[in-house]
Order: sequence, then C-alpha cells, then structure tokens
Amino acid sequence: MNREDGKFTRRDFLKTTGTVVAGATVASGAVGSLAGKALAAVEPPELPIEKGAVLKVLRWSPFVKSDGEWWEKNTRKWEEVTGCKVITEYVSWEDVRPKAAMEASVGAGHDIVSGWHDDPHIYPDKLLDVTDICEYLGKKYGGWESVCFKYGMKNGRWIAVPMGAPGQQIVYRKSWVNEAGYEKVPGDVEGFIKLCKKLKSMGHPVGFAMGHAVGDGNNWVHTWLWSFGAMTVDKDGNVAINSPETRNALEAMKDLYDNAMISGVASWLDPHNNKAYLANQISLTNNGISIYYAAKAKFPDIAEDTYHASLPIGPVGRPTELHLFNQAFIFKHTKFPNAAKHYLMFMLEKDQCGPWTNAMRGYVTPALKAYRNLPVWTEDPKHTPYRDCVKNMLWNGYAGPIGPASAAVMAEYIVVDLFANYCARGVSMKKAIEEAEKAIARYYKT
Amino acid sequence: MEAVADTGTAPMGLRQRISRALENPTVLGFLFVAPAELILLIFLAYPFFLGLWLGLTDTLVGREGHYIGFANYISLLHDSSFWLAVFNTFVYTVVAVFLKAVLGVGLAVVLNRDFKAKGLIRAIVLLPWIIPTALSAICFWWLYDSTFSGISWTLKRFGFIDHFIDFLGDPWNARFSLIAANVWRGVPFFTIGLLAGLQTINPDLYEAADIDGASSWKKFWKITLPLLTPLLTVVTIFSTIWTFADFQLVWIITKGGPAGATHIFGTLSFQRAMQGGHFGEGAAISNFMLPILVVCVFIAFLFLRKED
Repeated sequence: MNREDGKFTRRDFLKTTGTVVAGATVASGAVGSLAGKALAAVEPPELPIEKGAVLKVLRWSPFVKSDGEWWEKNTRKWEEVTGCKVITEYVSWEDVRPKAAMEASVGAGHDIVSGWHDDPHIYPDKLLDVTDICEYLGKKYGGWESVCFKYGMKNGRWIAVPMGAPGQQIVYRKSWVNEAGYEKVPGDVEGFIKLCKKLKSMGHPVGFAMGHAVGDGNNWVHTWLWSFGAMTVDKDGNVAINSPETRNALEAMKDLYDNAMISGVASWLDPHNNKAYLANQISLTNNGISIYYAAKAKFPDIAEDTYHASLPIGPVGRPTELHLFNQAFIFKHTKFPNAAKHYLMFMLEKDQCGPWTNAMRGYVTPALKAYRNLPVWTEDPKHTPYRDCVKNMLWNGYAGPIGPASAAVMAEYIVVDLFANYCARGVSMKKAIEEAEKAIARYYKT
Repeated sequence: MEAVADTGTAPMGLRQRISRALENPTVLGFLFVAPAELILLIFLAYPFFLGLWLGLTDTLVGREGHYIGFANYISLLHDSSFWLAVFNTFVYTVVAVFLKAVLGVGLAVVLNRDFKAKGLIRAIVLLPWIIPTALSAICFWWLYDSTFSGISWTLKRFGFIDHFIDFLGDPWNARFSLIAANVWRGVPFFTIGLLAGLQTINPDLYEAADIDGASSWKKFWKITLPLLTPLLTVVTIFSTIWTFADFQLVWIITKGGPAGATHIFGTLSFQRAMQGGHFGEGAAISNFMLPILVVCVFIAFLFLRKED
C-alpha cells in the first residue's frame, strides 16, 4: 500500500479484508475450527479511506483483559495496514448509552460507538448507512444470526453493525445439583423450578437479581416473561402485558422467589450474584462466563464444580433469551465515513474476530454464524452453552418494534419492577400488572 | 477644517474614545465583571433556560423536539412513579436534614469544649465530608449488602438478629438506609459550620448565666441556640438544597430500586432522560424541583442579607 500519500488502494483493501483468500480453504491456526470451512467468495465494498483519518471510538471497558488486549492489537493492526489512527475511549458499559446519546444530540464527538441494544434505533437519523459492509460480512461469514436483522436494520437498511452479545446462561454447582438428584439442570421451566426448590431445601438456595441490575436483572426477567408467551407489546407496539401469559410468568417466578431463592435478591444489582455464588451462598444463578473465570483465578474448587446450562425454555417451547446485545454504529458527523466503515469491517474479518473471540473465552458470542465454529466453544465444554446466545435470543421490546419506547421501558426497569413488585414487595398481581401496563403505555403512545 | 480643529471639537479617534469610556466607573466596573458574567451566562444561565425549554418539548435523544406546552408536566401528574419519587424526595430531605441538624448541633457543642486532641478530633469529624461521595456510597453499598453486610454480620455475631437484614430489598429499609448514608456524609457540614458560629459567642454570657445558676440545658436553650439560629438556618437551607437535589448516593447504592421505591427527583430524571432517551420528560422532572429550590434560595438570600 502506498502509505506515504495516505491513499489506500483497492489492492491494499483486498489484502486487508482478506478477500484474496476468501473462497479458499482457510488454514489459519488462530481461527481454529474455521479451518476447513469454505468461506464464501464475496467482493468487499469499495471504501477509499480518507487521507490521514483519525477515528475516535467509544466503547465499553472490557469485562475481560483479553478482550481489551485483542481489540487493541487488532486496532493497531488496522492502523499499520491503513496508516490511519484510532483513539479508543473506554467507559463503563452502563455509561456508553448516555454518552452516545449526548453525542447524537449535539452532533459531535466520537466517530464510532460500540453500544447496546436499542441505541441505534433511538437516533437512526444520526447514523451512517452501513448496509454495504453488513451485507458483505453476512454473505462472507454464513449470515447474521436472525436477531441481528431486528437490531441492526431500520427500514431495510443497516444502521449498525452487530458485534455480538456478552451472553448469560445458567451457572451452577454441579455437585449440589447432582446431590439434588439431577444429572444436569433441566431445560424446561417446570423442571428448573423443581430443581431450584430442591436445592434450597438442601440449604443451597438459588439467586437471581430482581433489583435495578441493568444486565442480570433485565435479561433474567425478560427471558422468563417471554418464555411463557407473554410480552410487553405486540408486534404493532400495542401494550400486551396484561395477559394470562404474564400472570403465569409471575406466578412461576413467585414460586421460585418464595421457595428457592436466597433472601435479599430484590436489592441485587449486577455484581451481587457473582459475589454470592463465589462465597458459596447460592448454588445457581444467571450470568456471563465471568463467574467461572473469577473462580478459576481465585477459587479453583468452585471452578471445578461450576458448570453452565442454557436458560430454561418455557411453555412456548423455544428459547426466548435476552442478552446484552452489542452493536457498533457510526455517526453521520464523522469526517471519515469510509475509514470508520472499513475499521469495523476489518475488526469482524476472521483474522481479527477469530483470535479476538477465542481469547475472550466465551465472554462474547459473535453475531456472524460462521463464528459458531470457533474452537473457543468446544475447547472447554463449559464454554459451549454460551455459543448459542445470539442464536437463541430475542430483541429488547419483543414482539414490538425497536426504538425509543423499548429503550425507555428497559431503562425504567418496568419488567424488573413488575416481577419485584409481585414477588418481593407484596403488591397484588392485578396492581403490579396494571402499574406496568400504565408505565409501558406512557412510552408506546408516542 | 482648521477652524474646527482649533476649537478643540475635532472628532475623537477610537483610542481616545475607548480611553474616555474607561474612565467612566460604570463602564469599567461592567468590564471587570464581564468575564465572570459571561461564565455564569454560558455555564449556568444557558443550561438552566435550556432545561426549562426542554421540559416544554417532546425531545427524544438525538431527535428534534417539538413544543408541546405543559404536556410533560400533566403526564407526570398522572404517573405513579413520579409521585413515588416526590414522596421519596420529601421523606429523604426532611428526615435527613432534621437528623443532620440535630446531630450537627450536638457534635458542634461537644467539639466546642476543651479536651485533649481537640484539633485531631475536629479533623476526623470532617472526614465524611471530604471523602468523595462515590467512594462513601460504595462503602455503604457494601455495608448494606444482603449477603455480606458488615452490620448484619456483627449483629448476628452478637446474637441480636438471626438472619441478615434486607437493607436495600425492602422499600422502607432502603429509604432509611439511604437517609443514614446521607446523614453520615452531611453531619460534618453542620458541625464545622456551627462550630465556627459557637466560637463567636461571647463567653461572658455563659459566665453571667453561671453566676445566675443556670443549668447547662438552660444555657443551651437560652444562649447557644438563639445566637446560633441565624447560622443554623443558613446551614440548614444549604443542606436542604443539596439533599433535595441529591443524585450520587441514591444512584450508586440502589439505582432507585427496589421497584422504584427509592427514586428521588434526580435519579428519576436521569433514568428517563439519559438512559431512556426522553429528554423532555427528564427535564420536566428536574424542573419540578425548581419552585422548592427557589424558595430555599430566597430564604437563604434573606438570611444572608440580614447577617450582612
């Protein structure tokens, strides 16, 4: 490439995106199991990179060290290849949304944001169309998991690049589950509740956050609600929380709360279940793979006994999971639209995304189907349940449209509070549902 | 032209005009305060009026808002979460400020006496005030933890309780836990402020009271408290303003939970505006604080003028 004049030629581009080898058998050791899989021969979009581009990226602070290390490593690689520069600002994951929101509002700030859930749908007009790179990546890497189309697209155009999900699954102590007479955690809600009750009767309660825990709380209650066929709004955005399905979901959760959970979960924020699990206070919870790795570092005995299972499937008979969903988007105010698009595309190419995902050891599940075959998902069988997080998930605001209303309902913890009100605060089911219904209606009316 | 020049009425050059203007004390005074006024205008007045305006619009994050009159305010009046936040804010403020005032007066009176290591103790009393709020909030978050609380552990260890207290899971426990954290943090402000006031009271008054055989309690009620009242009022009003507009302690410890039971104006406003993206509604919630804070500021202003 001719880096002296800052131009980036088509030849360089093909080199960096890996298209030259696309279609051929991939034999990269770093990409592991993708070796032997034929990737589609796809022509990448032409993106002449702007001279002297300096990209400012806002992303969440890595949950694991290896995430940050590989993100930076891949970024430096892109800088070397293109001669451009990237300045990444890491902030706590909960702070990305307000910060990005302000930037969208004022039309200045970072070029790229690695954000969450509905963010791109709150200010879609402020975002660059990334259809070209998303279509390219999708075609090349076996397609996007189905939820990505809902999260990443608006009116038939891609407004964000799905990056993946720091997924959650059931984390449990195998010896105690075995002691309770189970070989593994039942996959259905009914069996799951029975197991949890048995565990508590043996002195090993379970624990699920029902306080204002952004990740653990929201993910858990939405998954539970949907698993009974209930939903906050229907596909047209009409409020649908007041339903027999919601009542069934509440009843089942109340059973779990009263007879299986440790006391105090109504105040739990995100870190509480991790601490309680590692202190042997609870036998089972919902979480990312972080507990397992924290245990490996400090409590090897607990790590040895820790296993993972998929979140339980309810009466609807199919997975209804919610996980944090990470997508990157580019603001229209960027001076370097092509560089920004190229950077994101580069980061999701197998030579970068493969080693990055492997190094994260299951913390983040990629959104492209081809990456289901990475060795990380099988090298330790305890990683495997996290492989299908994106495949099995629904979108925030299911079954309605994604947008400011779904974002507000989650930000307001309306579903979390619905469950907490009924299960932990003694509010009647009728009143709890009515309160939730009113709160949801306030946002979906606009 | 020459004749005009001779009469000394020739038009002045720019430099001369500036020079003459600067000799005018009014102009000069205005120029001296202009930088400060500009800063106030940009960093206080502009955000203030922007907040007022946003409250009258349906602005969503990243989208142009439209003027909707008082629709946000009317909608909030029918919102049970908002009324819960109003209730919480008043309970939080009234109880916390009352406790801070009582404890602050008590501590100030004690610290005003002569005893060994007086200076050191006074410095220690100030510690909760100077520790960053975020840090003290995290400490309280740990102390109130449902499974690891040091308070519960100690009480259980000594046999006072048989199970850990659910400090933050029960609505009233959570409210009082937050009030306790706020009191711990705010007492030093009262103590140090009132201590300064106590030291200005003429000792002759106490000597005269001693000669008359007045008890300590009587001296407190008849001398200390009346002379301290103006300062106590100002300190109380400032504390009321800060407590009423609090955010950090509540957000870090409970995020408004459980089930919205500890939301106050600041946290609910932040949640709806910054996390939920509804700027208009968030601003309207904040603006509800305005009348109360204006009254507080007005009272403080009156007292400060009286003091002058």
